[in-house]
Amino acid sequence: MFVFLLTDLFFYIIILTLLSYILYVRKTPDLLETWSYVFKNKTGALSVLVLSFFMIIALSDSIHFKNKVYDENNKKYTYTSEISSLLDIILLPIHENSEKSYSSPFSSKLYSKETVKIDKDIDKRVYPKLKYKGNHNLYSEKNIQNIFITIIISFVKTLFICFIMYLIIFYKTLFKNFKKITTYFLRNKFIYLSFFIILLIFISLYDLSIQYYVLGTDKVGEDVLYKSIKSIRTGILIGTLTTIVMLPFAIFLGIFAGYIGGFVDDIIQYIYTTLNSIPSVLLIASAILMLQVYMANNPIDFENVYERADLRLFFLCMILGLTSWTGLCRLLRGESMKLREIEYVQASQTFGLSKVSIIIRHIIPNIMHIVIITVVLDFSALVLAEAVLSYVNIGVDPTTYSWGNMINAARLEMSREPIVWWSLFAAFLFMFILVLFANLFSDAVRDAFDPRANKNYE
Amino acid sequence: MFNYHKYIIIACIIFLKGCSDKPLNNPYSDNLNNLKNVYYSSFQERPKHLDPARSYSSNEYAFIAQIYEPLYQYHYLKKPYELIPLTAAEMPEIIYLDDKFNETTLNKKIYYTKYIIKIKQGVLYQDHPAFYKKDNEYFYHNLNDDQLKNIDTLKDFKYESTRELTSDDYIYQIKRLADYKNHSPISGVMSEYIFGFDDFKNKINKKSELNYKKRIKFIQSTNIQGIEKINKYKFSIIIKNQYPQFIYWLAMPFFSPMPWEADSFYMQENLIKKNITLNWFPVGTGPFRLIENNPNLRMVLDYNKNFRGEVYPSLNDKIIDKKLISSNSVKAVPFIDKAIFSLEKEQIPRWNKFLQGYYDSSGIASDNYDQAVSLSNSGDIKLTEELKAKGIHLNTATAASTYYIGFNMLDPVVGGKESKARYLRQAITLAIDYDEYISIFANGRGIVAQSPIPPGIFGYQDGKKSYNKTIYKKVDNSLVKKNIVKAKDLLKKAGYVNGLDQKTGKPLVLYFEATGSGADTYAFLNWLRKQFKKIDIQLVTRVTDYNRFQEKMINGTGQIFQWGWNADYPDPENFLFLLYSKNGKVKYGGENASNYSNYEFDKLFLRMKNMKNTKKRKELIENMLTIIQNDSPWVWGFHPKSFSLSHSWLENVESNLMANNTLKYKKINNNIRHDKISKWNKPDFTLLHILFIIFLIFIFSVLLTIRKKEKEKAYD
Amino acid sequence: MIKYILKRLVYIIPILIGVNLLTFALFFVVNSPDEIARLHLGNKRVTQEQIYAWNEERGYNNPLFYNNSEKGLDAIQKTIFYEKSLKLFLFDFGVSDSGRDIKYDIQQRMWPSLAIALPSLIVGVLINITFALFFVFFRSTYVDYFGVIICVALMSISSLFYIIGGQYLISKLLHLVPISGYAHGYDAVKFLILPVIISVIYGIGSGTRWYRSLFLEEIEKDYVKTAKSKGLSESSVLFNHVFKNALIPILTGIVVILPLLFLGSLIVESFFGIPGLGSYTIDAIQSQDFAIVRAMVFLGTILYIVGLILTDISYTLVDPRVRLK
Repeated sequence: MFVFLLTDLFFYIIILTLLSYILYVRKTPDLLETWSYVFKNKTGALSVLVLSFFMIIALSDSIHFKNKVYDENNKKYTYTSEISSLLDIILLPIHENSEKSYSSPFSSKLYSKETVKIDKDIDKRVYPKLKYKGNHNLYSEKNIQNIFITIIISFVKTLFICFIMYLIIFYKTLFKNFKKITTYFLRNKFIYLSFFIILLIFISLYDLSIQYYVLGTDKVGEDVLYKSIKSIRTGILIGTLTTIVMLPFAIFLGIFAGYIGGFVDDIIQYIYTTLNSIPSVLLIASAILMLQVYMANNPIDFENVYERADLRLFFLCMILGLTSWTGLCRLLRGESMKLREIEYVQASQTFGLSKVSIIIRHIIPNIMHIVIITVVLDFSALVLAEAVLSYVNIGVDPTTYSWGNMINAARLEMSREPIVWWSLFAAFLFMFILVLFANLFSDAVRDAFDPRANKNYE
Repeated sequence: MFNYHKYIIIACIIFLKGCSDKPLNNPYSDNLNNLKNVYYSSFQERPKHLDPARSYSSNEYAFIAQIYEPLYQYHYLKKPYELIPLTAAEMPEIIYLDDKFNETTLNKKIYYTKYIIKIKQGVLYQDHPAFYKKDNEYFYHNLNDDQLKNIDTLKDFKYESTRELTSDDYIYQIKRLADYKNHSPISGVMSEYIFGFDDFKNKINKKSELNYKKRIKFIQSTNIQGIEKINKYKFSIIIKNQYPQFIYWLAMPFFSPMPWEADSFYMQENLIKKNITLNWFPVGTGPFRLIENNPNLRMVLDYNKNFRGEVYPSLNDKIIDKKLISSNSVKAVPFIDKAIFSLEKEQIPRWNKFLQGYYDSSGIASDNYDQAVSLSNSGDIKLTEELKAKGIHLNTATAASTYYIGFNMLDPVVGGKESKARYLRQAITLAIDYDEYISIFANGRGIVAQSPIPPGIFGYQDGKKSYNKTIYKKVDNSLVKKNIVKAKDLLKKAGYVNGLDQKTGKPLVLYFEATGSGADTYAFLNWLRKQFKKIDIQLVTRVTDYNRFQEKMINGTGQIFQWGWNADYPDPENFLFLLYSKNGKVKYGGENASNYSNYEFDKLFLRMKNMKNTKKRKELIENMLTIIQNDSPWVWGFHPKSFSLSHSWLENVESNLMANNTLKYKKINNNIRHDKISKWNKPDFTLLHILFIIFLIFIFSVLLTIRKKEKEKAYD
Repeated sequence: MIKYILKRLVYIIPILIGVNLLTFALFFVVNSPDEIARLHLGNKRVTQEQIYAWNEERGYNNPLFYNNSEKGLDAIQKTIFYEKSLKLFLFDFGVSDSGRDIKYDIQQRMWPSLAIALPSLIVGVLINITFALFFVFFRSTYVDYFGVIICVALMSISSLFYIIGGQYLISKLLHLVPISGYAHGYDAVKFLILPVIISVIYGIGSGTRWYRSLFLEEIEKDYVKTAKSKGLSESSVLFNHVFKNALIPILTGIVVILPLLFLGSLIVESFFGIPGLGSYTIDAIQSQDFAIVRAMVFLGTILYIVGLILTDISYTLVDPRVRLK
């Protein structure tokens, strides 16, 4: 049975918007031209590729099912309130079992010694073997050999998958025009090679983590790699949902203020200056507290952990959106003020076009590039902000998988002797990869869309 | 080009010369060597109140117990804990009274108990401006703006004086406890015990309109019926009925002497404006005085030169524990001249500074248990090799506290007296594996609880003869927890199979109230869900802030929660009262958070409460424990072991969890400290050197390319 | 000019009122005074009676906006809104929920915050400008290309990583500076080195890119091209023309944030145990001391607006062509 969490629905909306935007772009030659500029840029193309991998993971983590359990009494299955996502099911071999406590990456033993009874009276302190992973090498006894063979097998698998995809895409022209395809590949070799490497990394990570804890385990023995992957959804949601929340405010208020001006402008300016002048951390803190009051007063509405955590995530996005729309609004106000004075807008005014249709026809298409640049730029800032907010305890719910929560928990791990570094490392690594490519993407987008950008320098 | 060479060579020489072996990372502005007899430690959270009438938490006691002296103290070395006189000359004389206040004997009905307390003569307060008199007038009690001109902190007052401690000061403090303006947390408890306390409370609370001077006069002139000043060094307290544990209260900082002069001094409005209040600058008779209070940075205690002198180790102490006496000469405490406590909120810096030797002890309070420093990865209480090599000592003691998971007995699912709910509670109690909890979350620093009573307290079940029969069974002379199968059986009896309610067919979902602030919250909640999963129960964890949690507890809307209790005094009454029905949180606002009520238990509790530690009492307690173990209003959690680490140069370290005023016994061996700190903190400049070289190469190549480019341009 | 400043100052007032109302609504809707009292009285043995007393002492037992039991002006003055919110306008921050005078604490804690923020800003700006000039000098080469990528990489690292990593490497492994702490006066230097270095490194990525784009924009302009065609060397064009003219946006960019430096950095201060306003705010949030949070919100708002006005003024000072209306 499918379950739709609040953030799931919004995420679907985001994906749909994205898809329809892509369709729209394909139909609009001007836009297609600008976007193709993004793809011509090597870093731009690479970042689109990486980001779409992240998006796919987040999407598969946003399709939720209810778990079921067999009721012996009534001889039927009953649904429990536990929820798993599509990603959970795909990654089941990785996370279905958990160890007792910490173990380091690729280790076969726990990280701490325990007393084990050897004989009746003899106790010995040893590092206990891991129960589920690390001791079940598939191909070779030696770890390094085994890892090597696993990667090679993954390589073959990747080749195979790529070949299948190649067949699917080019089945029409496969045998007719072999040479054309080859030249096509050669011309786009960078992007295809990148795709191959990314896929290889994913598949070999998957294969490896069936046998090992690639990034170790955490305090309660959960696979850190799994935790980091699950955190992708939180990071992406915070980055995208927030903008979805803030966009309507920013666009409409910004245009109204700039285009209509006068009294409306004054009020809108007043609102965003006021909101802007409050330090956003304080605004977020008080909003999160308010949410907790609401949840405490209405416990019935929140049947399970997921819904509670989900609502908090949603609210966090809302409130982040509320604090971040002001910047874009100000930009749009300025731009629409400029556009108002431009000849063809003036002309359509004299022809008696209604204000609404002028806004839709002339203003909105001409400010879209600012919107896109801001949205892409904000994304990485928001992902980074999540970690800091969780650190101050006003971020996502502690039960949500998120990099911020991982870093927060790692504070205790850093003061162990010897230190447990892998949780912190994993969180920073994943966050870094996502934010890095988001930044590269935003660079490419800005270069393509910003009329002032110095295209000849890149 | 030559010019560059010259400058760079000079820069290199300066740079390399700057590198020496002296520690650069000393986190104090003072040179360590100049302050030989200084004790360094840290505090995690700034203390909120240093007023003894108000302070009620261990991080505050760490300071005020060194400054204020109540009548009695716990013996530093003796276990089980024993009270000895501090400012009192001897232990109190106890007289039992009948309803007409005539002396009576124990075998008759006792209505009142009278404590006659004698204090030591010649005890002096620390020097303080409040005591300074000029021409028989208190010089600083009517401060004008002129006097306050250059005053930012207490140190800035020019004149100080002292006076002798009298019985009036103790009486004055007890009256302060009653004054609602002081927000004393025990004023409610004391109304129950001290005769006339309630009356006085009502009287003083009606005088809220008086200005502070008149108020002090009023407090001085109005008497609490049960408290009588006999002479300058002697007074008596009458308490209702019998309450042998009262003496423990007299050893808590609440019953420290408070000179009225201090109140009169600190109540001045213009001082309050400067944040100079009694809450921040204590006035005591103890071995230390607070000379710097910057709770944003550090607190500094200096020894009180008026301190009367206490000898340690005394002859008595030597008999108790020989190993302690490092230097045989008998000396007066305090041994250290100064103690500097630095604010250290973050875990990582605190632990690292301790390892570097800049804190003398790691000082983990049992309050901060869940944030305590992780010692080693071994689940064992031993130190790791690395720490051992550094000469670090480990001191362990089981804290007189208990952590438990409570069921709200008012809840329709887990609460109530019906056997259905009881079986459910028992099943959960069986399912939650606290042994695992201790090894994961506490690094083995704890003992699984059989009952609320922790080890070291009378009535503790040590698992040999007496144990929790609901959960454990004896196999071959060792205690074994009944297994999960048994828990599932119980669950079946309760009407749930496979986690489904037999009547409705719906899955059983329980709710856990959590306060999510610690870094470990996520891991703990995850672990807890796993425990419930073992018997197919789905646990929903509701994380809120502490306020909300409290509210739920008070309204009784929570279902399952985790809480803990730290003993006020080492007596089983202080633990079993947590389950006494008249302490129910929802109904009476007491400390019985699970709102447990059982008639049998209550009856036994009232009998047990006022008894001395006799065999009969033990029997009563045993019966009470059997009742609650069967009812299982709590998952008997664990008793944390308090661990503290100290460096080899810190002497006279004993773990004593009841005594707070232990700073005076601590001793520093500065030579060892100095040597080790210099050895451990040799600065390592390799990275800097490498960076410097890279930087040089970089600059050179840049300059070269620029020149080349310019030249090319010129030729173009 | 003076007229303009006065006009701006008058403009502040409605904004401050808005901020005030908003924070008031947030804080008193969120937590009832009873809850705040309970938090501050501790969790052992608290009675309703004590909560009442605590609330009365802090004036939290008054009604929110209008006091029916009082007459005349008192009906408005003896309310939480007047006592807790309106008084902020007179810079009367009152007493924190834990009983300390807030104004005094702010005055004390302002300086450590500044001691970190100011050096970080100055050193940061100098280094960023140097790097930016360097990249611009080598524009359209691989040096520039990889420089930008490194900047992006630096920007993509979480600030928490810089702090945790820096403390671990410099203080723990190399023993070069104290891990955390603070001292007043000149002794502060050794405590400030690491936080300042970390703040600077954290800012390099975005700062360098920002200045680089400023310079590039300037280089495109006609006068630069003219200067180049005159045969001036690349470096002298960069320094004498581009850099000089880019100074206006650089300076105005700095002026906006100058007043906000007082507020300090939340995370850096609490990690390094520096008793500044940043850690003050964090502590207040964590202990839910709303009196302090309210005061800090108010202060932050004022400083923000002061920054905006200063920017306007600095525009006129740097560039006489700009006239303020």
